Amino acid sequence: MKQSTNLNSFRGGPDEDGRFGIYGGRFVAETLMPLILDLQEKWNEAKTDPEFQRELADLGTHYIGRPSPLYFAERLTQHLGGAKIYFKREELNHTGSHKINNCIGQILLAKRMGKTRIIAETGAGQHGVASATVAARFGLPCVVYMGATDVERQAPNVFRMKLLGAEVKPVTAGHGTLKDAMNEALRDWVTNVDDTYYLIGTAAGPHPYPEMVRDFQAVIGREAREQILAAEGRLPDVVIAAVGGGSNAIGIFHPFLDDKDVRIVGVEAGGKGLEGEEHCASITAGSPGVLHGNRTYLLQDGDGQIKEGHSISAGLDYPGIGPEHSWLNDIGRAEYVPIMDHEALEAFQLLTRVEGIIPALEPSHALAEVIKRAPKMGKDEIILMNLSGRGDKDIFTVGKILGMEL
Amino acid sequence: MTARMDKRFANLAAEGRPALVTYFMGGDPDYASSLAIMKALPKAGADVIELGMPFSDPMADGPAIQLAGQRSLKGGQTLAKTLQMARDFRLEDANTPIVLMGYYNPIYIYGVDRFLTDALEAGIDGLIVVDLPPEMDDELCIPALERGINFIRLATPTTDAKRLPKVLKNTSGFVYYVSMNGITGSALPDPALIGGSVRRIKEHTPLPVCVGFGVKTAEHARAIGASADGVVVGSAIVNQIASSLTAEGAATEATVAGVEALVRSLASGVRSARLAAAE
Repeated sequence: MKQSTNLNSFRGGPDEDGRFGIYGGRFVAETLMPLILDLQEKWNEAKTDPEFQRELADLGTHYIGRPSPLYFAERLTQHLGGAKIYFKREELNHTGSHKINNCIGQILLAKRMGKTRIIAETGAGQHGVASATVAARFGLPCVVYMGATDVERQAPNVFRMKLLGAEVKPVTAGHGTLKDAMNEALRDWVTNVDDTYYLIGTAAGPHPYPEMVRDFQAVIGREAREQILAAEGRLPDVVIAAVGGGSNAIGIFHPFLDDKDVRIVGVEAGGKGLEGEEHCASITAGSPGVLHGNRTYLLQDGDGQIKEGHSISAGLDYPGIGPEHSWLNDIGRAEYVPIMDHEALEAFQLLTRVEGIIPALEPSHALAEVIKRAPKMGKDEIILMNLSGRGDKDIFTVGKILGMEL
Repeated sequence: MTARMDKRFANLAAEGRPALVTYFMGGDPDYASSLAIMKALPKAGADVIELGMPFSDPMADGPAIQLAGQRSLKGGQTLAKTLQMARDFRLEDANTPIVLMGYYNPIYIYGVDRFLTDALEAGIDGLIVVDLPPEMDDELCIPALERGINFIRLATPTTDAKRLPKVLKNTSGFVYYVSMNGITGSALPDPALIGGSVRRIKEHTPLPVCVGFGVKTAEHARAIGASADGVVVGSAIVNQIASSLTAEGAATEATVAGVEALVRSLASGVRSARLAAAE
């Protein structure tokens, strides 16, 4: 791989063709190819432009509320009786998740490119809300594609998007989840190439999206690395994050990749168990294939047809994963483990009671892995977890499962 | 490249008329009906057959072809069966070029080498793989050309003068000009604009240029065929099939007959296209 001049670094990817090893690339229709090349050119200019970086940092501070705190979860640490647990509090960001980091960056780019219409896909609705938010902030019309199933199970976020002035288009194709929403967004883009900017919410899709989204999200890991050094005088032993498409995970992982003593753990949605069809563990239970513009691990059958997958969490309900995660898995720099629906649900309830924080169901998966690992680790060891979103949006889902009337 | 494709276009050029290129989804709504449709196409006047390979996530297709793919997959179609369909067709037709059209993942999972071997043996003449732009030529395009299978590229209105040579570089068989930005099955743009685009592409390549996306009637076929070397019809045929099915999605007596009638009408359109141009 020609991706890095420094062969000892895990942070040099992708190469100029957008490859992380065999993963990534630009598998798109010819109609979109000139747009993607244009986006890449403008992104390359923007990322080295001090004015762009200044505007990004300014909005980060005053609009998003960065830096997000690093929080020592003292009661949870005592409860589990092992490693010290720290949370990177991305759920305290404006709009309630890490998604806003990427949306602010991309809308600045859209503005720079002279685009006048924003489209986005969303699963849980967090990225849809963040997209609608930045579209409102910059006065651009926004269309959000959302699977019909997700529209139903994430009603509060649908209402938020509408309040923010976005048009939410339910997608009934397939199972009506994130994958189908992404297909529909791509169809919109291929039809409205002149004025439309496609604001992809995760670190996947055709190059340069995986790199660009990662770079916008890497602020999480850069801050966390400084904060943990300030708090503990050393780096964590393990960094853990939930992985659907994988943007919050790659955001916190990336700045730690060259810290060889830091173990990196991505948590996939194990759903109702890996032996059946109802999970979304692309790396643990899938195989490499090509979908949505990139080669990566996918849930698919023997004929190369993509499966639908299942997760209690709409944000993890995607049968693929960002290509950089696939590469990190294959080279052994990161490990990926599944967490079942019920384990995530238990973690959700535990954190709410012990720390007074209602987490989203997505980071509840990461939390369930923390709950498994912390008791087996020494009290002088440190776990850093990305608490990527707040759980207000999930209370209806959780209430339904727990049999509570809301 | 395969002699069949070049010979077909050379003959049509000598005849002085454009080709009628017909698309249908392999396995829609079931294998037997779909094979019967395939066999009926050349008899009704189709010159080149595009055999659709179903994919669960057809990102560049409109509702008509999405639904056709779903019907086909529900009917148990696989890439292996699509190749078998071509093999069965070849038993009685050795001359009509067959182009497989679809997305890359099923081919990637089948295995590129194995796929090319089996495609050649099944009598396939060309490939159109929507999500493999020139930047991805190492994946399938180059291996296909080395084995003697045409790799037909899509050129679109976004393919500007700077990019056109790159798109044409490894293209063979014919160039498929997509008449508009968008998904399959949308409305047909102004034929005069299309004529200009076709001439622009022909300045850069000796290959035939076929035009598709939005052609639905004999009148469309006639108008487009006036300037193009071929007219591609897809969604209209797929819609014709859909409208003939029972509420449960099963084929009826009208399924094959309906396609035959539509293709016969389209064929009359391309056969009068150059007369239209001369008027």
